[in-house]
Amino acid sequence: MLRLFFSPDFVIAILRATTPILFATLAAGVAAKAGICNMALEGIMLFSALFGVMFSHMTGSWLIALLLTCVCGGVIGLILAFFILNLKTDEILAAIAINLTATGGTVLLLLAFSGDRGSSTFSTVSAPAVGGVNVMTALALLMVAVMHLFLYKTPLGLQIRSVGENKNSAESVGIKSIRIQYIALILSGILCACGGYFLSGGYMNSFTKNMQSGRGFIALAASEMGANTPIGGFAVAMLFGIAQAVGNQLQLTSIPVELIQMIPYATTLIGLAVFSYIVRKRKEKLAKG
Amino acid sequence: MSAEKRFEIFRLFFSILIALLVSFALIFLVSKQPVAAIMALITGPFKSGRNLANVVEAMIPLIFTGTGVCIMFAANQINLASEGAFHLGGLVAAAFALKLALPAGLAPAVCLILAAAAGALFTALPAILKIKTGASEMVASLMINYLSLWFCTFILMHFILDPAAGAASYSLPKTAKLLTLFSGTRIHFGLIIALVVAVLGHVFLYQSKMGYELRIAGSNKQFAEYSGIDIVKVILISQLVGGAVAGLGGGVEILSPIYSRFTWTSLLGYGWDAIVICTLAKKDPLKTPLAALFLAYLRTGASIMARTTDVTLEVVQITQGVIILLAVAEQFLSKTKHRIIAREAKAALQKEEAA
Repeated sequence: MLRLFFSPDFVIAILRATTPILFATLAAGVAAKAGICNMALEGIMLFSALFGVMFSHMTGSWLIALLLTCVCGGVIGLILAFFILNLKTDEILAAIAINLTATGGTVLLLLAFSGDRGSSTFSTVSAPAVGGVNVMTALALLMVAVMHLFLYKTPLGLQIRSVGENKNSAESVGIKSIRIQYIALILSGILCACGGYFLSGGYMNSFTKNMQSGRGFIALAASEMGANTPIGGFAVAMLFGIAQAVGNQLQLTSIPVELIQMIPYATTLIGLAVFSYIVRKRKEKLAKG
Repeated sequence: MSAEKRFEIFRLFFSILIALLVSFALIFLVSKQPVAAIMALITGPFKSGRNLANVVEAMIPLIFTGTGVCIMFAANQINLASEGAFHLGGLVAAAFALKLALPAGLAPAVCLILAAAAGALFTALPAILKIKTGASEMVASLMINYLSLWFCTFILMHFILDPAAGAASYSLPKTAKLLTLFSGTRIHFGLIIALVVAVLGHVFLYQSKMGYELRIAGSNKQFAEYSGIDIVKVILISQLVGGAVAGLGGGVEILSPIYSRFTWTSLLGYGWDAIVICTLAKKDPLKTPLAALFLAYLRTGASIMARTTDVTLEVVQITQGVIILLAVAEQFLSKTKHRIIAREAKAALQKEEAA
């Protein structure tokens, strides 16, 4: 058992489980840096998982399917931004609406597209793996570095952060906050779409109804624990990857499967509480000193 | 009624109308028999007494979770744990109904009280976590919903499972079940409990001192603090009461004639529906039965549509999503709102000048 946990296969299993959460965590991070809590990640991920298999079935190419899925993810981000920023819908309620639409919409769309109910049975092309590591996993790791450079080394990244820190002072130096928040939410949608795409085109090789199963929500927590930075988010997403991979291994033991299923959510909850507590204590210390 | 209030109602109905039109358009896109499907959706519930009874049955759990969410959201706590509280309430009521051999009459009461207590403790968890550590109650509540699901499935599979019945508990004893109100239907005593809860919820939120403090704390935290309201206490109470109502709802649902065993192995979504209800009812528990009636009608229509035509039930979730999006969009129809208020003001001014 222990030997299993230290094998290279297990490291690959961790990376595999981390990948979708990592994409969504980066997505949550960029939205949060612009001052918006993107709870619609759950719905965007679900939509993207379905779009991924549909596009790869239609085009026969995983890459074109990925690109098209990213476009769709960006469009959902745009719609979310329109409601939050232009129509002044509460961001949480708008996200809940998108998540509800995704739950129903994916079933409807799958049925109309293929006549399948619940899961896809048509042929799809998944993202290939090189040396046991999926291309999407590599892309996710690359995106951590890209998002870090983007947020901290480019003018647009600075503008996103300043809008999130203080909208009014950003406006006072001539930054169009609405435009910046639009960009952040579209980016968030695209990143999340990559995670959704991987769920049905690499992690699994078909679409199943509600297959995101809370990963979008976990990503929100992961991003918050990582102080919404790409690198912090990566570390926390990795922690969940480990929790999930350990859980998958434990399913082979006699421990009840229901308890194992709790592991990722319990890890998130405890991690979030500990992290928030440390942040609060640090703030109190700073306030005193 | 002020112009602004009239406008709010107008916008609500307009949102519902657009949402229905969007759903019809979708049905036209995916269905080979769109007209039959839409007719089934709209008129289906009226076609027979049994269908109408189904609407009322579907309404009951929605009133509970809707009222619970109204109370929790009034304190401006985005606690989404009513989903898990409902689930847990159902499990607790079912488990105690099976394990405690209580006489008829007493049994349902005890089971429901325990279900409410479980729900209250459950939704208080994110609130306590927020107070003690500052962790976002929203994220925490999303996580504990899944913990509730797997905990309940664990208890089901290892403690109350009937090996002869698949993934279901032993048959719940007759003594613990709620009475049917009208013979020939499954409309049960839970309807009365639900309506009482909605009225009490309204009284608590809008006519008690605690409810007033709670709403102040929800709408303006600083002001509440300056006026000496104990915010921590108020928030905690709102989450406890809201969760109790949701847990009670789960208990009522599982002890209703609709179920004979505990069979929930996935989240049922009543917590998310409750947010639609809360939006439609504008956070007033008294209006939740009406909002629940609307949603239940739509649901029943959709399930008739799914049975008789080629359109799936899930269309309704899209309708719900669009309703939320438009009904809470402050700027949606804002020009019309401006026009209505301006016209009203002008009329008032003219009246004054004439006098």
